[in-house]
Amino acid sequence: MKRVVITGAGTINAIGHSVSETFASMREGRCGIGALEIQDVERLSIQIGGQVKGFEAEGEFNRQQMALYDRFTQFTLYAAREAIKQSGLEFIGELAARSGVVLGTAGGGVSTWDENYRAVYEAGKNRVHPFVVPKLMNNAAASHVSIEYNLKGPSFTVSTACASSNHAMAQAFQMVRLGMAPAMVTGGSESMLCFGGVKAWEGLRVMSKDACRPFSMNRNGMVQGEGAGVFVFEEMEHAKKRGAEILAEVVGFAMTSDASDIVMPSKQGAARAIAGAMKDGGINPEEVGYINAHGTGTAANDKTECAAVADAFGQHADNLMISSTKSMHGHLIGGTGAVELLACIMALRDGVIAPTIGYEEPDPECALDVVPNEAREAKVNVALSNAFAFGGLNAVLALRKV
Amino acid sequence: MTSVKDRVIAIIAEQAVLEPGDVSMDQTLEDLGIDSLGLVESIFAIEEAFDIQVPFNANEPQESDFDISSVATIVAGIEKLVAEQHA
Repeated sequence: MKRVVITGAGTINAIGHSVSETFASMREGRCGIGALEIQDVERLSIQIGGQVKGFEAEGEFNRQQMALYDRFTQFTLYAAREAIKQSGLEFIGELAARSGVVLGTAGGGVSTWDENYRAVYEAGKNRVHPFVVPKLMNNAAASHVSIEYNLKGPSFTVSTACASSNHAMAQAFQMVRLGMAPAMVTGGSESMLCFGGVKAWEGLRVMSKDACRPFSMNRNGMVQGEGAGVFVFEEMEHAKKRGAEILAEVVGFAMTSDASDIVMPSKQGAARAIAGAMKDGGINPEEVGYINAHGTGTAANDKTECAAVADAFGQHADNLMISSTKSMHGHLIGGTGAVELLACIMALRDGVIAPTIGYEEPDPECALDVVPNEAREAKVNVALSNAFAFGGLNAVLALRKV
Repeated sequence: MTSVKDRVIAIIAEQAVLEPGDVSMDQTLEDLGIDSLGLVESIFAIEEAFDIQVPFNANEPQESDFDISSVATIVAGIEKLVAEQHA
């Protein structure tokens, strides 16, 4: 089997329009969650989110592109450009023929659905723009990345709610590891911060009206975010041969299903995914120094996740650090694992552990080192990234320092 | 017109797949076999039926003003909300 490394990273999210800005915000523990600026916000009972501010798509894309790109595609292309530029790869010839793009998204073009439902139901129009379908489809972002960068190998979109990006990156990893593709562009994006997207989440009554405080006793729910994270996964020898800068090695993954409840998480399902990723990567539990938690800030997730970590690691659970950066950028739903993988890269490369901000009160059911409120310097050799989705679908990735 | 109590019990009974007559005031939702999703659905149905807002967050059921510990407390809570919001 081939070894797989990350040679490019890109992002746009509520705490940064680039990887370096995002790292700086994570170091400072900056919160990107604030008042939502969307149409009809006054009719929502949840009026906060980790919204991407100051992003002018009009300057990024031309008129024809704008007609085709939903906001989730715009975010994806913006992040993909940063990642592919950093990798230095140019997809031509055999490399182009065999490399592809696998991305995660839960909702795809949610704001396109929203706008066009408004047009036909609310405004009573009988006609919509001809590109509504190619704009809203879940694979639009992956296809536009493929078109833009000449990626002609295996390309598709994975949709497993909050684990979409981790499942997508697991697929890309596996393809490079098995020698199917020399390089894969992967990650995910989400853009649900529109009236319909927030209204749907409101219905479940798991959202916080004020802040995302993972692991804190007084946590009262999740906060939605938006954005994208995109990476270039490349076969190690291929990367070394061309002298590429290597950000981290992807060493293992595991996917499990709870097979129990459509929304309530299961300790066993999560613990099996964590243990499975370590086994797949040949990792001793004691080597793991940092976990980027799923850490949604709901009552159910956080205590189940802490119990799963305690289960998978035994005594070592008390020695490792686990933080939830959702406290800063919000929950990017299908894009969340991609943005959160950045915190793992920062831990391995820069030795900086992103904090769980908004932490106010210890919860005995979340009695792990959650790196409260302030980033910490630490040498980490192996980091895990957890994602546990509604539907009981779990995916955990393992990264090693290079 | 049927009372708030009867209408709330009818909604809870439907969620529990029981006849309204089989729901008693001292029962808890757990006794009735209503889980967290069932509870959220019941609250939605109650809000729609009475055109009210029920202050309930599944993450902190104890924190909200709305007491869900038994059928009786739920009925009392809804009666209060109906009185307040339709005053």
